[in-house]
Amino acid sequence: MNGIIEGKITAVKQHNNREEKSQILQAKAGRWERILVILRKSKARFIPEILVERLLMLSAVVSIMALLLISVFIFSRGVPLIASVGLGDFLFSLEWKPIQGKFGIGAMFVGSLLLTSASLAWAVPLGLLTAIFMAEIAPPPVGRIMTRMVSLLAGIPSVVYGFFGLVIIVPLIRNYLGGTGMSVLAGAIILGIMILPTIINISRDAIQAVPLVYKESSLALGASHYQTIGRLILPAASSGIITAVVLAMGRAIGETMAVVMVTGNAAIIPDSLLAPLRTMTSNIVLEMGYAAGDHQAALFATGAILFIFILLLNLLLNFIRRAGKRYAGN
Amino acid sequence: MYSEKLRRVGSFIILGLLLLALVFTSACSKNLSEPESGVKNGGNDELQGSITIAGSTSVQPFTEVLAEEFQSKNPGVKINVQGGGSSQGIETAISGAADIGASSRELKDEEKKAGLKETTIALDAIAIVVHPSNRLGELKMEDVRNIYLGNIANWKELGGADAPISIVCREEGSGTRGAFEEIVMNKQDIFAKSLIQNSTGAVRTTVAGDKNAIGFISLAAVNQDVKALKIDGVLPAVDNVKNGSYKISRPFIYLTRTASDNKIADSFIEFVLSDEGQNILGNEGAISIK
Repeated sequence: MNGIIEGKITAVKQHNNREEKSQILQAKAGRWERILVILRKSKARFIPEILVERLLMLSAVVSIMALLLISVFIFSRGVPLIASVGLGDFLFSLEWKPIQGKFGIGAMFVGSLLLTSASLAWAVPLGLLTAIFMAEIAPPPVGRIMTRMVSLLAGIPSVVYGFFGLVIIVPLIRNYLGGTGMSVLAGAIILGIMILPTIINISRDAIQAVPLVYKESSLALGASHYQTIGRLILPAASSGIITAVVLAMGRAIGETMAVVMVTGNAAIIPDSLLAPLRTMTSNIVLEMGYAAGDHQAALFATGAILFIFILLLNLLLNFIRRAGKRYAGN
Repeated sequence: MYSEKLRRVGSFIILGLLLLALVFTSACSKNLSEPESGVKNGGNDELQGSITIAGSTSVQPFTEVLAEEFQSKNPGVKINVQGGGSSQGIETAISGAADIGASSRELKDEEKKAGLKETTIALDAIAIVVHPSNRLGELKMEDVRNIYLGNIANWKELGGADAPISIVCREEGSGTRGAFEEIVMNKQDIFAKSLIQNSTGAVRTTVAGDKNAIGFISLAAVNQDVKALKIDGVLPAVDNVKNGSYKISRPFIYLTRTASDNKIADSFIEFVLSDEGQNILGNEGAISIK
C-alpha cells in the first residue's frame, strides 16, 4: 500500500516539476518572441534573410545560365554547318570525309541507334528479371546485399568498363568468333553491363511501389505467386519499368569512353555483329583533337543532333510518366 | 509586391548574365588578341617584341618546346604558337598573318612561287608496324597501299599466315594520317572498314594486342611491343630517313617571307638549327637534320 502511495506522491511531484519547467520555458519563449517582434519591426532581420535568399537565387540562375550558354554555343557553332550541308544530307549521308568537305553522319546516327538497341536487347530482359527476383522472390537479406552490389556496379567509372572490354571481351571475340574483336558485339556487351544498374534499380523501385493490397488480394483469390507477378505486379509497375528502359537508353546513347575503346570506330554501317561501328559520341571524341574550321563545326553539329535526341527522349519520358499517373488514377 | 519580386529576379538574371559574359570575354580575348609583330629594339642587342608561329599541328608540340626554351633565354621575347594545319601555316606565312609558318609537308609548286624561304628544321618518319609474331619482315610500298585500300585482305596473299588483316588507322584530321595518305596512299581513300584509333599510343596498343593487325605510327613511338616493317627493303631507322632511302618520311619546315627582315624570327630559326635546338628536337622524338 505504502509503496503505491509513495509512487503516487512522486508522480505528482514529477508532474509539478514538469509544469514548473514548462512555465519557465514559456517565459523564455515569450522573451524570444518579444525579441523577434522587435527585430521584425526593425529591419535587422531582413539582412541575413535577404542575403541567403539572394545567394540561393544566384546559384539557381548560374546553373540555368550554364545550360543556356552551352546550348546556345553548341547550336551557334553547329547549325550554320548543318544549314550549308542540308539537314537531310548531314543526317543521312554515309560519307564522312571531313578533310574533303563531306559531312554525313548517317553511319554514326545508325551506329548509335544500333548499339543502343543491341545493348538494350539483352540488358532489359536480364535487368527486369533480376529486379523481379530482388523485389519479390529473394529473402530480404539477399535482396539487400544485391542492392548494394548493383549500386557498386553503377559506381565503376566508364573507362574501367572500356578497359575491361578491351582486355577481356575483345580478345575473346577475336579468338572464338573471328573478326578483329572490336565490334558491335563487344560494344553491346559492355554497354549492356553499364546500363544494368539503371534498369534494375528503377524497375525494382517500381515493382516495390505496387500496393501490397493488390498482391494480397490476388493471392487470396487463389492466384499463384507466379500468376500474381505476371498478371498483376508487372502491369501495375509498367510505367516505372518503361521509365527505366528510357533512362537506360539515354545513358547508352550518351556513353562515350567505353564505346570508343571497344567498337573499332570505323565510320560505316556495320554489316554484322562482328563488324566495327562508330557512334555519334565517339565521332566527337575521336576527332576533336585536330579538328579545325568546318571539321570542328561538323563535330559541334553532331553534338547538336545528340542534344536534340536526348531532349526528345526526355519528352518521351515525361509523357510516359504522365500517362502512368493517369493509369494509376483510373 | 509582385512586380517588385519580378524586378528583383530580373536584376539577378542580369547580374548572372553579366558575370558569365565577363568570364567569357576574358576567356575569348586571349584568342582574339592580334599577333603583334614587329621588333622594338630598345637601343641594345637584346631582342624585344613578339612573333607568331602558326601551322602544322604535327610541328606545333615541337615548336612549343623550342619557343619555351628560346623565351627563357630572351626574356624580352614573346612567341605565340598556334595550330591550324600545314596549309593554313603556308597561307598565313604568305599573307603575313604569322611571322613563321610551319608545314609538315613539301610545298606545292604554286606555293613555292609566293616568295617564301623554306628552312627544314627536322624530319619525321612513319613506321609501318605489325604484331611481333608476324612472319613478314618486309613489305613493298605498293602492298601497304593495297592493304589500306582493302584490296589485300589476307596475310597469305603476301606470304604470311592464313589470317584476315586487321587494318588500324588514325582518325581524320590527324597529321600522321594526312602524311600517310599523301606519301603511301597517293590521296586515295583508306578502306572504310579499318579500325580507327585516335592516338599514336592507341594504334600501337591495338597492333600489339592483335596478331593480325597492321598500323602506322611515328618512328619515335616504335617500341618492342610492335615490329616495324622494312619498306621496299629499307628499315625505318634514323640514318635511312636522313639519307632519304626510307620513303615514308616528311620534313618539318619553317616558312618565312624572303622580303621581310624580322630579327626575332631569324634568331629563333637560328636557335632551332643550332646544336641545342636540334638536341631538343631529337629528345622530343623528331629526327634532327644534322
